[in-house]
Amino acid sequence: MSLWVDKYRPKKFGQLTFHPQITDSLKSLAATGDFPHLLVYGPSGAGKKTRIYATLNELFGASVEKLKIDVKTFTNASSKKLEFNVLSSPYHLEITPSDMGNNDRVVIQDLLKDVASTEQVDFSNPGKNGVKHRFKVVIINEADSLSRDAQAALRRTMEKYSANIRLIMVCNNISNIIAPIKSRTLLVRVPAPSVKEIGDILLHIALKESVKFSSNDPEKLRKYVDAVARGSAQNLRRSMLTFETISMQLELLNVDNLSSATIVLDWEVIIQNIALSLRRDKSVANLAKLRVTFYELLSHCIPSRLILKTLALELASSETSHCRELMETAAVFDERLSLGLKAIFHLEGFAAKAMVIMS
Amino acid sequence: MTTQYDQQKLEHTPWVEKYRPKNLDDVASQEHAVRILKKTVLLANLPHMLFYGPPGTGKTSTMLALAKQLYGPRLYKLRVLELNASDERGISIVRLKIKNFARLTVSNPTAEDLRDYPCPPYKIIILDEADSMTNDAQSALRRTMENYSLVTRFCLICNYITRIIDPLALRCLKFRFKPLDNANAFARLSLIAEKELVRLDLDAVLEEILVVSKGDLRKAITYLQSAARLGASLLAEHSISVNLVREIAGVVEQPLLDALLEAIRSKSSADIMAIVKKVVLEGWSAQQVSDQLHDLLLLDEGLQSEKKNAIAKLLFETDRRLNSGTDEHVQLLNLLLQIAAVV
Repeated sequence: MSLWVDKYRPKKFGQLTFHPQITDSLKSLAATGDFPHLLVYGPSGAGKKTRIYATLNELFGASVEKLKIDVKTFTNASSKKLEFNVLSSPYHLEITPSDMGNNDRVVIQDLLKDVASTEQVDFSNPGKNGVKHRFKVVIINEADSLSRDAQAALRRTMEKYSANIRLIMVCNNISNIIAPIKSRTLLVRVPAPSVKEIGDILLHIALKESVKFSSNDPEKLRKYVDAVARGSAQNLRRSMLTFETISMQLELLNVDNLSSATIVLDWEVIIQNIALSLRRDKSVANLAKLRVTFYELLSHCIPSRLILKTLALELASSETSHCRELMETAAVFDERLSLGLKAIFHLEGFAAKAMVIMS
Repeated sequence: MTTQYDQQKLEHTPWVEKYRPKNLDDVASQEHAVRILKKTVLLANLPHMLFYGPPGTGKTSTMLALAKQLYGPRLYKLRVLELNASDERGISIVRLKIKNFARLTVSNPTAEDLRDYPCPPYKIIILDEADSMTNDAQSALRRTMENYSLVTRFCLICNYITRIIDPLALRCLKFRFKPLDNANAFARLSLIAEKELVRLDLDAVLEEILVVSKGDLRKAITYLQSAARLGASLLAEHSISVNLVREIAGVVEQPLLDALLEAIRSKSSADIMAIVKKVVLEGWSAQQVSDQLHDLLLLDEGLQSEKKNAIAKLLFETDRRLNSGTDEHVQLLNLLLQIAAVV
């Protein structure tokens, strides 16, 4: 029993459905048996990882799926022991250096150099078209949250050991990546799939899993799956999870009831309520009341910047006349949030400012 | 003699490394720096040096080429210490590793090396990406540089000269590396294209590569290689088109930009919110969008100077915020709404 997300994850290039252009490009890169360092970026749930694994599959064959988790230990400058999880197969490593917070530079320096300065000797698997692979692939997740130091440490390593190592960096936005890294990599942009593309995939799954609908009229079915896709902001992973949840909860999916197609998450409801209360009651007393809610959200590990963003967009879309001022404030507080430490100050600051703007 | 092993290894080397200049004559552009450095090769006397300039202008390449020309391959290993940001460079390393290396006396070169290379009687320490060194580490270098200047010369390489503390900068002869001019970069690119048997539609393709890489030769070569790899099996006729280059460089498509401008002109916040959502979902980077908006709006003849001034300020503010790691969606939306208010 695995989740549909994993069950229907394409493993090879042939199974990928949307973005044929990107797929073709990666395929032709893989076909030459070599590729430059890659920087794959795009919104979450757009299929970045899936495409990377398909590329690795094409390059090295099925053995890249034999993953194991190692725990490596490092010592940082103040000789503190750090433990770090590395997901690896015989041909690649997958790391998330941002797990280490400020110590990510140590990981980059030690681990990458370690891998990079040993050469791959590969006799057993000559690969397709007889090319022996002399390099190991390292996938770096969440490259956008790497510290500046760690990125600087990458620069020369990428060049010096380029014969032995290929980096694939995955991130959501590339504004945080320093220019020297960008100039050393091939940028691959993976856009979110369109509503129709997600719909196609969902319908395909529905057929395979024999999900029961109240009517089999194709037009209504299409409308229903489109609603699922739209409700999860064109995030394929989230649409699939939503779709699975809905079909687990309900025996029979009522295609006429489109509101059942979206699952609004708890925290989103709470933020919507905050926005509503901000607009209704602009007083200090209300601000004090909202503090509790903000704390509640933060203690449930909702990232502070996500709260700010959702709240700002919620407010801006309902108060069109103050849209500009609201976004201006949001931009200022967004910056403060990413620089500062204590999230509650900035969230409350934004709430107070928004009240002033709207009154 | 190149064995099959070396051959294969070379094939897997990125072109940027493969075509790194082997001697000073190969360095594209930067005539000023190269002329001075060539003199120093003849005289075999080198001051401490500081190279600075934007990425991809050949700072590291020049220094490595110079060191190779001075010492030759055998002596190079003994005489040159290359440290970059990927090495630990805290204050302790400066005190131990660098100082220890700096105070070693030089060994006598063999007669063979002396015949082929100048082999001057000092060592070189190359500190690449010196701007990522801490201030403490930099200050620890000060006295070391002077004390052992008889046997060791330093070469600091950095992007931003402002991040090098004054006492260090003043001890060095400074070379500014300017972004490559198109003629030189073009020559270099077409040489590589020729050697790698890349078939190009037109010279227009190379020119496009130069435009999108903005004087960064490394970027240009990476683009060329990526385009060649992609083009090799993508198109039947094995050639690279201008569109492919734009796609690789992540340049925002013209229709989308037009739509953005239209939304700005319409001044409707609902329209702007919709288009920003689309831009973000398609994964375009906010920095790239603001870059291209900058080009479009500031070169627009129809706008008055005051308005351009205000827009430039907005773009600057957004760029700064994006650089400190803020959310793209919020910042881009804010930028467009503010511009709409100005235009």
